[in-house]
Amino acid sequence: MNAWLTVWGLLPVLLIGAITTVQVTAGGFVVAVLIGLGCAIMQNFRSRLLRAVIAVYVDVFRAVPVLTQLFIIYFGLTEIGIRLDPVPSAIVGFGINGGAYLTEVFRAGIESVHQGQLEAAQMLGMTRLRAMRIIILPQAMRVVLPPLGNFAIGLLKDTALASAVAAPELMFRARNLVDRTFLSTQIYAVTAVIYLAMSLPLGHLTRRAEARVARGRR
Amino acid sequence: MSDANGADAPAYLVQVSGLSKRFGETYVLSDVDLAVTAGEKVAIIGPSGSGKTTLLRCVAHLERPTAGHVAIAGQRIGEKLVNGRWREMSDREIAQIRTGIGMVFQRFNLFPHLTALENVMLGPTRVLKQSRAEAEPLARELLRKVGLAHKAADYPERLSGGQQQRVAIARSLAMQPRLMLFDEATSALDPELIGEVLSVMRTLAQDGMTMLIVTHEMQFAEDVADRVIVMDHGRIVDEGPPHELFRSPSHPRTQAFLRAVVDRQTMSDAAPETSGPEAAAP
Repeated sequence: MNAWLTVWGLLPVLLIGAITTVQVTAGGFVVAVLIGLGCAIMQNFRSRLLRAVIAVYVDVFRAVPVLTQLFIIYFGLTEIGIRLDPVPSAIVGFGINGGAYLTEVFRAGIESVHQGQLEAAQMLGMTRLRAMRIIILPQAMRVVLPPLGNFAIGLLKDTALASAVAAPELMFRARNLVDRTFLSTQIYAVTAVIYLAMSLPLGHLTRRAEARVARGRR
Repeated sequence: MSDANGADAPAYLVQVSGLSKRFGETYVLSDVDLAVTAGEKVAIIGPSGSGKTTLLRCVAHLERPTAGHVAIAGQRIGEKLVNGRWREMSDREIAQIRTGIGMVFQRFNLFPHLTALENVMLGPTRVLKQSRAEAEPLARELLRKVGLAHKAADYPERLSGGQQQRVAIARSLAMQPRLMLFDEATSALDPELIGEVLSVMRTLAQDGMTMLIVTHEMQFAEDVADRVIVMDHGRIVDEGPPHELFRSPSHPRTQAFLRAVVDRQTMSDAAPETSGPEAAAP
């Protein structure tokens, strides 16, 4: 019982870690979405070189463990004079890695929209890019949202890997506390509950968003 | 201004010159010439695979010609003259020309995530940059014109095929185009819904709109068109005023095609009353 009281006293430390977890997740998510969306849209351009570069990016960054990528960004880049703090390193690492996955997710979404939609938009005088933004992407979201929600939840949990580059997120704090107090059962149990409390709303949010984009759909 | 684009004074609203289109090894269009004056209604008929739809899509520059070119009101679409050489137009320049061209597709292609009214207002608000207050009265007027004022708030999935196609026509008209292209606008419709779409097209023709109509509706073509063009194997094989062409066709290809169409229609007329939607499918 005493042990749980001790953990209760340490809760603020874990919650501060949770804030960092949210920062890394949100930052990584935004970077990944920007990269994924950008690459998926650029794949529709005529430039073969551009398409080839994107294909290589997707293949390479999906094939290398994200932990390895984090190490390269945090430790490896110092070699060429780039020194990032742990949290920015993690955001960049998860962003670039996630971008490779999301490129495929957005590509599938865009391809799920019938070609006739693009043509109808073009015949109203829209450029391809504007048609993409106003007509194609809103419809692609129907296909994109479920995997995007999965990705967000997966990312939230994967940010625990950032503890390996000393980002002071939830797992990093938890491990430190365990090292100090040896209350591994209690501390990790509370940590699990905090992760759960963050993941579940994300799932709920995804389903709400899905319902929103289902408007007017069979 | 038209001189700068290398064309003569625009005597024609649409001028197709030496147009060829190849998909892989197959020539879908071979050296097609066609000139359409403002206000003219031209029906394009012919067997499937004869290149009718591709011709229309080339006029809209949804397909890039393999050879030849299309000019709209004297301005080539897809190419521009820069320092004496023809260069490819930017997407933005092509889009600008397309604002003057309406196109109605076989599969309607309404935007499913927008209501009927929003579909019709989209072009004016997003492309012509009108405010909602400016665009809405015209959009509602157009929906009324196609007989769908009461469906303004419905999403496309709640509309029948005929209603969707009428919204699609209203959507094109909202851009106030000077040319309307109809690509088999009634081919995907159940027989009982064809009439309502044709009647909207008839009204449009009476209003003086320039129309290029790819169709399998021979009676409609005869009633509405000023000129009928018969295509076969990527070429225009015959053309003329509808009553001549339909009543006393001189070209053997036209005769053969019309005979085939008449046979099919006679057969379906003679068929017992079992023709549900299944029987209507091609």
